[in-house]
Amino acid sequence: MLNHWMSTIRVAFAALKTNRVRSALTMLGIVIGVAAVIATVAVGTGASQRVQAQIASIGSNMIILIPGSLTSSGMQLGTGTVTTLTRSDARELSEQCADIKDAAPAVRGAASVIYEGNNWGTTILGTTPAYLRIRDIAIAQGEALSEQDVEKASKVALLGSTVVEKLYGGADPIGTIVRIKQVPFIVQGVLASKGQSAGGQDQDDIVLLPITSAKQKVLGFKSANADAVDAILIQARSGDQLDAAQEEARALLRQRHHLLPDEEDDFSMRNLEEILKAQVTSSRIMSLMLAAVASVSLLVGGIGIMNIMLVSVRERTREIGLRQAVGAKTRDILLQFLVEATTLSIFGGIVGIMTGIATSVIISHFAGWQTVISPAAVLLAVVFSALVGIGFGFYPARKAAYLDPIEALRFE
Amino acid sequence: MTPLIDVRHLSKTYSLGEVEVHALSDVTITISRGSFVAVMGPSGSGKSTFMNIIGCLDRPTSGSYFLDGVSVESMERDELAEIRNRKIGFVFQNFNLLARVTALENAKLPLLYADNVIRDADARAAKALAAVGLEGQLQNMPSQLSGGQQQRVAIARAIVNEPQIILADEPTGALDTKTSREIMTIFRDLNQTRSITVIVVTHSDEVAAYADRIIYFRDGRLVNGEAAVPMPVVLDQAAKR
Ligand SMILES: Nc1ncnc2c1ncn2[C@@H]1O[C@H](COP(=O)(O)OP(=O)(O)O)[C@@H](O)[C@H]1O
Ligand SMILES: [Mg+2]
Repeated sequence: MLNHWMSTIRVAFAALKTNRVRSALTMLGIVIGVAAVIATVAVGTGASQRVQAQIASIGSNMIILIPGSLTSSGMQLGTGTVTTLTRSDARELSEQCADIKDAAPAVRGAASVIYEGNNWGTTILGTTPAYLRIRDIAIAQGEALSEQDVEKASKVALLGSTVVEKLYGGADPIGTIVRIKQVPFIVQGVLASKGQSAGGQDQDDIVLLPITSAKQKVLGFKSANADAVDAILIQARSGDQLDAAQEEARALLRQRHHLLPDEEDDFSMRNLEEILKAQVTSSRIMSLMLAAVASVSLLVGGIGIMNIMLVSVRERTREIGLRQAVGAKTRDILLQFLVEATTLSIFGGIVGIMTGIATSVIISHFAGWQTVISPAAVLLAVVFSALVGIGFGFYPARKAAYLDPIEALRFE
Repeated sequence: MTPLIDVRHLSKTYSLGEVEVHALSDVTITISRGSFVAVMGPSGSGKSTFMNIIGCLDRPTSGSYFLDGVSVESMERDELAEIRNRKIGFVFQNFNLLARVTALENAKLPLLYADNVIRDADARAAKALAAVGLEGQLQNMPSQLSGGQQQRVAIARAIVNEPQIILADEPTGALDTKTSREIMTIFRDLNQTRSITVIVVTHSDEVAAYADRIIYFRDGRLVNGEAAVPMPVVLDQAAKR
């Protein structure tokens, strides 16, 4: 049987070799189809992996609360001036809500940071240790913020890696003193790098201070309420509890803010993860659509194979008749032409994979898009092109197998 | 002993629209093992149709055909293919070699379709080619061979499976007289040394003279089924004994 297969395959190869140019042109359809599928899937996978990495960099199961209500059109009213959220809101949220694991208040501003004559303008974020937990920010060097730092309004700072790079140029920042608005802060730690945010911002261009010191010494009080914060980050205990956490937070805050049932929320909530997940989904759908378009060209390639196989069967009618005369069964002839068609399509598939990978590399090099070649996509492409060969080769092969031997032998 | 070929009331009718063509009508004949038969008759008299049915390439419209004691007229496509593979070797007027493979590969072809794996296929094909005097041309392509050599490759292909019957439909039709004699000599040798039953269609009396029995067709009917063996052959065989 193996012997039989080998000779069938050899016959098919010999037939393909004698018509090199034709075989190559036939394969071209498959090559283009497979390459297009591989490249589009690579671009699509790259895009969704990037968004997923961004989701991970935000912190998981997180909701952001900001003061002021959203209008029906989603516009936020009075940003910066409304000061309805407070540190005590944050504390109560984490203590009273069963579905909320952590809550971190934050104030935010911009300032210059000076170290030995080097000056760098950056974002100042005053917050509590919970912020590091929620956003899953690790400490690369030194120590994190502690609750005492917050309570005592210690003059300590954690620097993002961009700030370190700009100010220190390779020197060790731990224990050094930086000045922010003339106030000296001891550098207590360096944050592990987070890279770019979904919006393209450098998340490492930041200085974290205890929220108390930030308000008292750097950012100043923006309103009468010394307790006011710019945002509260809350983290649900799990992804499933996100909605519940959101509702609990809303109920608690409405109660604490003494809102009547017909009054609108005086704060708004954003679930960034949801937004990004929607982005992932849409980029996936996009790449699936592109792949679908690309597989149409695979289909066209398949029709090309069928066409050439029909020509081949016609040209070799006498040969088929002879093979039948010396004992080839229906199955033998069928197999021979199927192997031929499948060989064409698999070879086309392999060349297509190489072309597709090369195309992806070129795309990521010149367009700067991240592309990811997934083994699954490659495997799929091979299987699919083999199926195209078998599928579109079947009709011509069957036609050959059921030729009448006498008529085939007499064919001119 | 049952005859190798036993054909009774065999008819083959083609209907071309309104018209019916009786390619064979009520043919009854037996051919015994080891015989050498020449089939003659004018063009269109049904010789090829008869050969095709005998060779299990075609099926009769009516009548019965026992090959080696087995009724074959109602067999399936693939069963017929197997019988052709095991029992019959074909030789055609136009050789019908595969143009793109060597003499050896051509001669080997029937072995590829044998039911069980044949390990020494190359050796057997080479032996068959040697038997027809082509031991030096194993690797030649058909285009590198003369017409007579090509027909020898075809004969090697026909005998490689050690069949009981060789069916040759005008095997010398495309060859000159001298080459025709060489080919017929090969057939006679195969018939005499290996007792292969040989049936040859021909228009030539000289070719027919190699046979020990001649049958004639006219308008699809067998005429004078037990024709006398022509003198030269009788003399030839008498001389041998
Ligand atoms: N496939 C066919 N369809 C219709 N008529 C056919 C077919 N094959 C043979 N015939 C007819 O059958 C008759 C016998 O043909 P054939 O056996 O080829 O004759 P021969 O070989 O003696 O020249 C002829 O009249 C021929 O035209
Ligand atoms: Mg004829």
